Amino acid sequence: MASGVKPRVKVPKKAAVGEAITIKTLISHKMESGQRKDKSGNIIPRSIINRFTCDFNGENVIDVTLEPAISTNPYLEFQATVPSEGEFKFTWYDDDGSVYDAAKKIAIG
Amino acid sequence: MEFTRRETLALGAGAALMTVLPFRANAAVDDLINEFTGGAAVADGGLELTAPEIAENGNTVPIAVSAEGATAIMVLAAGNPTPPVATFKFGKLAAAQEASTRIRLAGTQDVVAIAQLADGSFARASKTVKVTIGGCGG
Repeated sequence: MASGVKPRVKVPKKAAVGEAITIKTLISHKMESGQRKDKSGNIIPRSIINRFTCDFNGENVIDVTLEPAISTNPYLEFQATVPSEGEFKFTWYDDDGSVYDAAKKIAIG
Repeated sequence: MEFTRRETLALGAGAALMTVLPFRANAAVDDLINEFTGGAAVADGGLELTAPEIAENGNTVPIAVSAEGATAIMVLAAGNPTPPVATFKFGKLAAAQEASTRIRLAGTQDVVAIAQLADGSFARASKTVKVTIGGCGG
């Protein structure tokens, strides 16, 4: 697959206990829909990220099923509660079985 | 303006096709909604879907969904070759049941969102988006 896949995540460095924070994620991926054809008319096979999850200290925040109708370089923005100090784990699942992950620590303050 | 018999027939056939095509697209969407809700009734309200009225580029159309207390939200694009867009499932630590992303739209069409609310009922919202250049390639 997909070369040069690079996840990027934006999480605030600090938050108050119980505060709701906005998390923005972006991963560079071509998200080939399986609908397009190449110059000789052959269908380019589907190759997308089909699932994204975000967990905080093992507790789930969001679990998204992505379909071919999601744009290239899938971008997701959502809200999470910060119950304590810890680490957000982000995981993207590719059609070809690859798994990309990223982690961000957050402090209380 | 006068029409010959041939033109009238062509017009009629075109009009018939126009009515059949959206119907077919809707049938696929209805099936998907039924699968998601398990056949339960879907009410309006309780779910907010934000999408632009006019999208110049169908390749990246920003959308946002928000439904207080929802456990899951499914987004469909009724006019796409494959209607499903995404399903958001919210976990315990989701501060608000809202999410935004960017989607592909093949042409001017309705974007539909269905939310499963905390009490197990379902809500629906839809919005028509005009697309200047479609986003499915050729």
